[in-house]
Amino acid sequence: MFGITLILAIREIQRHLLRSFLTTLGIVIGVAAVITMVTLGNGATAAVKKQISSLGSNILMVRPGQRMGPGSGGESPPPFKNADLDAIREQIAGARSVAGQAQAQATGVRNAQNWSTSINGTTNDYLDAQTWPLASGRRFTAAEEQAGKSVCIIGNTIVTNLFQGVDPVGQRFRIGDVSCTVIGVLSTRGQGGFGNDQDDVVIMPLKVVQRRFTGNRDLRSIMVAVDEAYDTKVVQQSLSGLMRERRNLTGAMPDNFNIFDTRQISDAVSGSTKVLTGLLGAVAAVSLIVGGIGIMNIMLVSVTERTREIGIRLAIGALANEVLLQFLVEAVVLSSLGGIIGVLLALVATASLAPVMGVEFLFDPFINLVAFGFSALIGVVFGYFPARRAAALNPIDALRHE
Amino acid sequence: MAEEPLISLRGITKLFGTGPAAFQALKGVDLDIMRGDFVAVMGPSGSGKSTTMNILGCLDVPTSGTFLFKGHHVETLDRDQRSLLRRRYLGFVFQGFNLLARTTALENVELPLIYRGTPKQERHELAMAALGKVGLAEWADHTPGELSGGQQQRVAIARALVTTPDVLLADEPTGNLDTERSIEIMELLTGLNRDSGITVLLVTHEAEMAAFARTVVHFRDGLVESIEQKPLAGGAAK
Repeated sequence: MFGITLILAIREIQRHLLRSFLTTLGIVIGVAAVITMVTLGNGATAAVKKQISSLGSNILMVRPGQRMGPGSGGESPPPFKNADLDAIREQIAGARSVAGQAQAQATGVRNAQNWSTSINGTTNDYLDAQTWPLASGRRFTAAEEQAGKSVCIIGNTIVTNLFQGVDPVGQRFRIGDVSCTVIGVLSTRGQGGFGNDQDDVVIMPLKVVQRRFTGNRDLRSIMVAVDEAYDTKVVQQSLSGLMRERRNLTGAMPDNFNIFDTRQISDAVSGSTKVLTGLLGAVAAVSLIVGGIGIMNIMLVSVTERTREIGIRLAIGALANEVLLQFLVEAVVLSSLGGIIGVLLALVATASLAPVMGVEFLFDPFINLVAFGFSALIGVVFGYFPARRAAALNPIDALRHE
Repeated sequence: MAEEPLISLRGITKLFGTGPAAFQALKGVDLDIMRGDFVAVMGPSGSGKSTTMNILGCLDVPTSGTFLFKGHHVETLDRDQRSLLRRRYLGFVFQGFNLLARTTALENVELPLIYRGTPKQERHELAMAALGKVGLAEWADHTPGELSGGQQQRVAIARALVTTPDVLLADEPTGNLDTERSIEIMELLTGLNRDSGITVLLVTHEAEMAAFARTVVHFRDGLVESIEQKPLAGGAAK
């Protein structure tokens, strides 16, 4: 019985190509829309997460001053000193590397080229904390760090703007009033989590920046990389305790420094992209439902049209179940065909849109299955139930149906 | 009585609708149809002739009464049993042809065989033979849209006789055709009745068509009014 029904179903599909095409089209569009939106949404989330993770994970930034709230505009809080670095290194368990930073803005000049950039005065600890390898050259020597020698490690953007076509290692260029020798080039990092160019930087020994640019021995911030084996929250607490002690804060006195966990940014941003993906998912669900209604309409109309056909089949001796099975097979064949085409279309659309939109292409089997299953279900349900109603008629009533 | 009738109706009533709007189409029809007969059912519209035909064809069920087919009670059969009875013993020709659209003549004729589970090769041969009998062998690959009304009705007849049914029921088969085509169809039915022994039940309101039959049953107001029997040799004159 099933073989016969399959023949009949496939014949009917072939005979009514336009009707079959329209039914399938509804499913194709529903499935393709949902999969494309959700896949691109996931890709965007992944891309944002990747950028966030370029900030470096498990890094605590310690800065003087309160982050916000009353009192933050009052007298300026005391800056950190080099001694704070040693205290952290000695007393905080789980601090993988501790880098003090002093920052300045200056214009780099070489031959006729100039480029305004930021100078990061720090030590090799910074490169360790950021796990930022060099593309070429070498890091600072202990002697260079101690003596505050005028050497620098430059980012790729500086290479592009000041050293076109020249290997910068060993070259000298002027930055602000200081002439410095390039000893290394950082590997390229690209855009940061906030759209900033992470490669637009000149790293110099802390002492040079303090002496020649900022003119004091203050640290603008301290970067603490937390060892993987330790809980960042615990380290943050003990770090906070240490800083309060060193800054003579007692009892209810508020912190005059803040510790910022880069993971907080990452959590915040991925939270908002989740909302975005949820929104896209909702839009997609609506389009799936609209697609479903389209399928439903075509199925209902075609079954109404086909009530006479059902009557003919019953009159010449078909059992109601045979007629129903035929309609069911037709619905399943068309729905699955539409589902498969929809999945393929979505695959092509996402694979070609993802690079254009600058998001990652992530194949998500779950949404593919859900979209396929849902449209197939609608197709089958709305192909089957109206047919069941028609097959329950007396053959003569089905035959007379207009 | 020398022979048991093939079909026997006793006290058949049919009520359409319920309550005050109900309409009694049949008010107790008694009718016997003998094997191999050619019966024309005549009567004005609303006389119950088509309703009787639909009940005889198991396309509709009587409200009350007894319906014996080959001595078996049909009124107690369920839907599927009635379907199987139609599949095995009955063939239909309708006024509106009722062929499947966009389906070739051959495939239309094959359809009853498909439900019977006839193997493909045999199906094809039987369908071609049936089309040959109605003179449409060379039109096998045409769809109803490409055929004239007379041709479509002949395809419908081929579909009805491909299963070699015991009874062929034709409800105003010539109603949509001109006189020349009508006579062709009637000659075809007469030939089937004479050569294959198929019992033919014909509903018509044209005396000209009823003249081909051996027995003419007149209906009026939901009852059998009269039955005319013709001598065995008469009626189906060329």
